[in-house]
Amino acid sequence: MSTFNPTRRGLIQTGVVAGAGLALPTYLRADGHSGFTNAPTGDTVTLGFNVPQSGPYADEGADELRAFELAVEHLNGEGDGGMLQTFSSKALDGTGIMGKKVQFVTGDTQTKSDAARASAKSMIEKDGAVMISGGSSSGVAVAVQALCQEAGVIFMAGLTHSNDTTGKDRKANGFRHFFNSYMSGAALAPILAAEYGADRKAYHLTADYNWGYTTEEAVRSSTEALGWETVAAVKTPLTSTDFSSYIAPVIQSGADVLVLNHYGGNMINSLTNAVQFGLRDQTVNGKNFEIIVPLYSELMARGAGANIKGIIGSQNWDWSLEDKLGSRYAGTNAFVKSFGTKYGFPPSQAAHTCYVQTLLYADAVTRGGSFNPCSVDEALTDFEFDGLGNGPTLYRGDDHQCFKDVLVVRGKENPENEFDLVEIVEVTAADKVTYAADHPQFAGGSLGTCNPGA
Amino acid sequence: MDAIFLQILNGLDKGSAYALIALGLTLIFGTLGVVNFAHGALFMIGAFCAVTFSQILTLSHKATEPTGTDFLGNPKFDDIMYVHEWFGQSTGDWMIDWAVPLSILFTVPVMIAIGFIMERGLIKHFYNRPHADQILVTFGLAILLGELIKYFYGANPYPTPAPAAFAGSFDFGAMLGFDPNTIIYPYWRLIYFCFAAVVIGAVFAFLQFTTFGMVVRAGMADRETVGLLGINIDKRFTIMFGIAAAVTGMAGAMYAPINSPNYNMGMDFLVLSFVVVVVGGMGSLPGAVLAGFLLGIVESFASMGAVLEVIPGINQIIIYLVAIIILLTRPRGLLGRAGVMED
Repeated sequence: MSTFNPTRRGLIQTGVVAGAGLALPTYLRADGHSGFTNAPTGDTVTLGFNVPQSGPYADEGADELRAFELAVEHLNGEGDGGMLQTFSSKALDGTGIMGKKVQFVTGDTQTKSDAARASAKSMIEKDGAVMISGGSSSGVAVAVQALCQEAGVIFMAGLTHSNDTTGKDRKANGFRHFFNSYMSGAALAPILAAEYGADRKAYHLTADYNWGYTTEEAVRSSTEALGWETVAAVKTPLTSTDFSSYIAPVIQSGADVLVLNHYGGNMINSLTNAVQFGLRDQTVNGKNFEIIVPLYSELMARGAGANIKGIIGSQNWDWSLEDKLGSRYAGTNAFVKSFGTKYGFPPSQAAHTCYVQTLLYADAVTRGGSFNPCSVDEALTDFEFDGLGNGPTLYRGDDHQCFKDVLVVRGKENPENEFDLVEIVEVTAADKVTYAADHPQFAGGSLGTCNPGA
Repeated sequence: MDAIFLQILNGLDKGSAYALIALGLTLIFGTLGVVNFAHGALFMIGAFCAVTFSQILTLSHKATEPTGTDFLGNPKFDDIMYVHEWFGQSTGDWMIDWAVPLSILFTVPVMIAIGFIMERGLIKHFYNRPHADQILVTFGLAILLGELIKYFYGANPYPTPAPAAFAGSFDFGAMLGFDPNTIIYPYWRLIYFCFAAVVIGAVFAFLQFTTFGMVVRAGMADRETVGLLGINIDKRFTIMFGIAAAVTGMAGAMYAPINSPNYNMGMDFLVLSFVVVVVGGMGSLPGAVLAGFLLGIVESFASMGAVLEVIPGINQIIIYLVAIIILLTRPRGLLGRAGVMED
């Protein structure tokens, strides 16, 4: 009969051998000795597109995914090339990224931070994704950006509008092309003053999460600076579907403007409820009652139907921009043509920002000559570009936020077709929405240093 | 005073939806003894019946001659609706405008059919299984139905407007002697409340004054004895499942103009409706209706700005607080019978 008598020395030896055995596969992977996470070794490179494929923003996620697929096609030299033809940087030549064919994996964020982190983690660890992009929620963007920073991969944010993404939660490995709450407030305020006057009483209904808070803060500070008074600001649960209980007090508050800091289904329902309660037919303080939706989305406008008519808001981009405002917004028509021909309808702004982010990443890798996140960071820092649909744009190095023109739009009264949902009221120049990186609305964060992982 | 009146009105229309769903839910529990977590999905499918009916009415074919260019600059062909071709422009427009009320004619048979299929195809196999099994299978079914709707209709809400005649609001303030425009209430919400009252009354009348209803009530009270009398109570209970599905479906269809339907709306109502049923008393029809309106009004008051200033977030938990208090003081619910769900 044998006996098992473990010794301290034997235990250490066994542990060392077992540890080395377990570590060997990791070492043999490229990132074990290439200096950064998921360094591509073969003739392909894998990108991870993490979008809401279920949950309330699934339609936006589907549009983002369409745009990503289109971007990959164009990067690999398929299709008509889209914005590669108009992009001011000519580093991309349709042969993939640095000669490596682009392939992609997808994940479902479910518009939940935990689920989004889990799917991004899986794409990084199991699929070897060297970059993660997508998303339609600031909560998700902040969570996934932090994960990418820890993991040592680049995060090219999709639709995220909260100041926090490039404010207090900014990260060196994260980049945002989409505009933010501050920019919405800065662009909207002068238009609101011109349209509705400087003597207004505003009532805010605000989605109870970080995007809602920063949007309320941005719109309040910019409108109060004009002379508007904020009579009340009420937080509404993200899960709310019937806003009638919140709308009813507005009528008795003395307010003559309702600001709906809501997005997605919340916006559709709160706007529908407000219109049902006849707010827009009322005269308060001798003025027509008005409703404002700071962040517009074409897909949400479609969901709100006729209720969106005449409502003012802001957008990052619109598919009709180049047709309406000329060649400053070059790239828009090329993208709309590629997207429309492939899918049969115009792209949303969520699709646009995701497409652009993919191209910008590929371009940065090519210009920097490496997939190393620190090389990408360097290539994108203070990078100025044009021809991607928004006019001249700067990727500011201080906070990794893009600065470009912002659209102030209004729900169209007489749409010519089902896609013709908004009219562009004003384009606010980039310098009017630019702020210092340490602006109080963005304070408390630090980019830190880029993390190549590995 | 006017704020209180307004919140009572708010509570009534919210309570109408809770009461209608809870009525169907408690009918199924009272007759079949099944805890049906797919009931919220039936409400959602009812709303999508209204959407589908609207889409049927706007079915069209392309004109043969282009009338302009589309967003890509290609020739654009106008859509010509069949209802305009078949019934003329004005009648066609009227039908499209009144799509939601007219959709009830479409919703009732569809929901009865879905109810039958659900009961015969799945739920009957779980009659003698523990409630936990019933909850799991019906919850799974609810997820499946939600995903099916999302597959066919997408995740975005569908705007489904009320007829133009009911688009405005009624000024109760002017009528009751308050300042004008202080108590205004959308016409369609008032109609929804009246509709709920009629449907609830009809269900009670059906159960109270028809032989069928009498047998069902007897079966709810003592299923074995009714069976011993030679009555096929199972068949009647299956029919009641179909009726419960139809009631919930109608509630959903008429609710579509209040909040644009989306595939997840059933889940939003399901948990609250269950609380309503439990507070009202499992299996008690009057209890479900009473608790529906009561909790709707309580929730509405808890959402008032003045209340939220004192207790932030109370609106999100008030229904559950009331449920806890009622169940602690009266475990069988407001109008529940002793012994039901107490084992």
